[in-house]
Amino acid sequence: MEKIENGEVHKEAISGSLSNYGLFLLRAVRLSFRGHIAFYSWMIFLTILSFFGLRAYCNQFVEGLITTGMTDQVSWGVYIANFTFLVGMAAAAVMLVIPAYLYKEEEMHNIVIFGELFAVAVMIMCMLFVTVDLGRPGRFWHLIPVIGRFNFPISMLSWDVVALTGYFIINAHVCGYLLYMKYLGQKPSKWLYMPFIILSIVWAVSIHTVTAFLYVGIAGRPFWNSAIVAPRFIASAFTAGPAFMIVAFQIIRSTTGYHIGDRVFQLLRQIVTISLLISLFLFGCEIFKEFYSQSLHNASARYLFFGLHGHYALVPWIWSAIAMEVAAVIILLSRFSKTPARHIWLNLACIMATVGIWIEKGPGLIIPGFLPTPLGEIVEYTPTLNETIVCVGIWSIGILLFSWMLRLAIPITSGMFHATEDR
Amino acid sequence: MSEKTTGKSAAGKKEMFKPLSRRSFLKAGALGSLLIGGTSAAMLPLRKFKNDTSLETFFQQHYERLTPGRMERILKRIENEVKERHGIEARVKDPKPIPDVQFAYALNISRCVGCRRCVHACVEENNQSRDPEIQYIRVLEMPDGTFDVEKSNHDYAPDTVPTEGKYYMPVQCQQCENPPCVKACPVGATWKDDDGIVVIDYDWCIGCRYCEAACPYWARRFNFAEPKIPKEQINPEMAYLGNRIRPKGTMEKCTFCLGRVRNGLLPKCSEACPAGARQFGNLLDPDSVIRHILREKRVYVFKEEVGTRPKFYYWFDK
Repeated sequence: MEKIENGEVHKEAISGSLSNYGLFLLRAVRLSFRGHIAFYSWMIFLTILSFFGLRAYCNQFVEGLITTGMTDQVSWGVYIANFTFLVGMAAAAVMLVIPAYLYKEEEMHNIVIFGELFAVAVMIMCMLFVTVDLGRPGRFWHLIPVIGRFNFPISMLSWDVVALTGYFIINAHVCGYLLYMKYLGQKPSKWLYMPFIILSIVWAVSIHTVTAFLYVGIAGRPFWNSAIVAPRFIASAFTAGPAFMIVAFQIIRSTTGYHIGDRVFQLLRQIVTISLLISLFLFGCEIFKEFYSQSLHNASARYLFFGLHGHYALVPWIWSAIAMEVAAVIILLSRFSKTPARHIWLNLACIMATVGIWIEKGPGLIIPGFLPTPLGEIVEYTPTLNETIVCVGIWSIGILLFSWMLRLAIPITSGMFHATEDR
Repeated sequence: MSEKTTGKSAAGKKEMFKPLSRRSFLKAGALGSLLIGGTSAAMLPLRKFKNDTSLETFFQQHYERLTPGRMERILKRIENEVKERHGIEARVKDPKPIPDVQFAYALNISRCVGCRRCVHACVEENNQSRDPEIQYIRVLEMPDGTFDVEKSNHDYAPDTVPTEGKYYMPVQCQQCENPPCVKACPVGATWKDDDGIVVIDYDWCIGCRYCEAACPYWARRFNFAEPKIPKEQINPEMAYLGNRIRPKGTMEKCTFCLGRVRNGLLPKCSEACPAGARQFGNLLDPDSVIRHILREKRVYVFKEEVGTRPKFYYWFDK
């Protein structure tokens, strides 16, 4: 950087750095559209799925939420289930951030930015899942303080809005700043990112806690009104997030040749194992509390695990989830998953853990909370095809975004995409 | 993915302005048509979209921020909409709470025979959607000897009621003193009015249904579709916070028929009850029937343990 002597030069420097940034954006756009046929096929495939999702959402927008399987009895369904699961996935980015920045794990520094980018993409998915769940999405501005009427701090949902928006901004800032500095070939200023890193660690725990409090704060629904929901959320998030990343990093490593050391997988495997053990323990505590005391308040749990009055919709799901999680923990504790040559076992365990947790804290938490209803009725919920396609669409948009971010971030971090010397 | 394009010293600007090759031109064309074609195909369903919101309605402020003049215009606007959409001359008012009044309800469990006349009278009064069907009152048929709602039957349909060995417990909005639904709402679209009635600004609700999840009495209903009511069944006497026809995608609930009770009438369900089981009045008036019941009868509230402090009391005679 040139030395700034007076206002003139200063102005020039600013306009110079602005045009640099413009150039960066333009080059980034061009880079986004460069790639192998496999990259193109992958991105086009996701784009087409997203279009299907958009179309299904347009149907819903025209007809109303009647196009979903939701009812007055089960008034939240797979949208909010996915939302809940994904908030955890976003929070789990701290499981990369903590080892990288607090414990100074060398190898983690290579990949920590991917975790943060993942959090950004997932936050966008979360916002989409909430938006598609709204009956009047056009009135979204009512949530904006001052011009709208934001019921903060009374409503837990308003806390969630603050927590999620904040987490999105913090991560977007850290990723954007670090990547751009790397692109410029400059050393990032610690003061411009370290405070946000520390903040993001606290904030990550808070987004999932606040999301849990959405449910915990409801006295009329005993299945949710349980202090253990927030700790369970955190433990299961720190299982599913890193498990997903283990699989994703292997894909990145094999398709791009980007260096990701074995130490990363070792560390993440330990995190997944310990978190899954804690998660299962807390789950067990919940099951004990529900069933040993035989209080009438356990009706939802009876419905979930064993079916109630001839309604069994969730029973196969929750038992599959338990089976997958237990199998995953056994594989993770055995030596099968330890050697890099055995990544197939590790991957299997990670996929089972992630799917199991999606069921457990998605449909397995949201739907039984509603059933039986506060008036003792059971009306089973099954998502409609249209609702399912909307979900597939949002997942595709999220994965599309994440793939695109990686398309830019990998060349930047590996030093292949950088500012040219002369301005 | 290898990087061939970012030469070390090639000036970025030159790189930007170099002419497109034939190949990349074709590629850009193909991608562009995929995006434009895909987006327009995906948005085809929007052709059927019936807009129910004018620009003025879109920017309409929260109920408590409306000036009397603006409210006047909004009531007119709703009357026009009802006329346009349903061909009915409606009179839409905004009755305010009466000072020194706290409305409360008392329901005699021993008298209720489970005939559901209250349910249907309520639907006729409050302009609920007939398809999909929305009802504010749910009557539970309970076996004698239990309070456990899980043992209740919601779909009982014998030729005559009451059935031997059963008692009936109608449930509707309990107009809580400490309403969890009001706490839940992220935009303050629902609140407890000065006479204790919990109301909803249907033009402010965003349709997140958190209030519906929060209610321990399953008293709130959501408009999953555009409400459909046969023209001849529409009640033309409407209240802004009460029984006017709701927009799609918003919440609604029992308001003790606020358009009636704030004008000195009884709620429709109370009027319709053939057994005299439904009593209504002002909690602050020592001579009211409600105060008499609270003094003299064995009164209880539903789910007292959730701390909502309902103003809807159940009582026993025998």
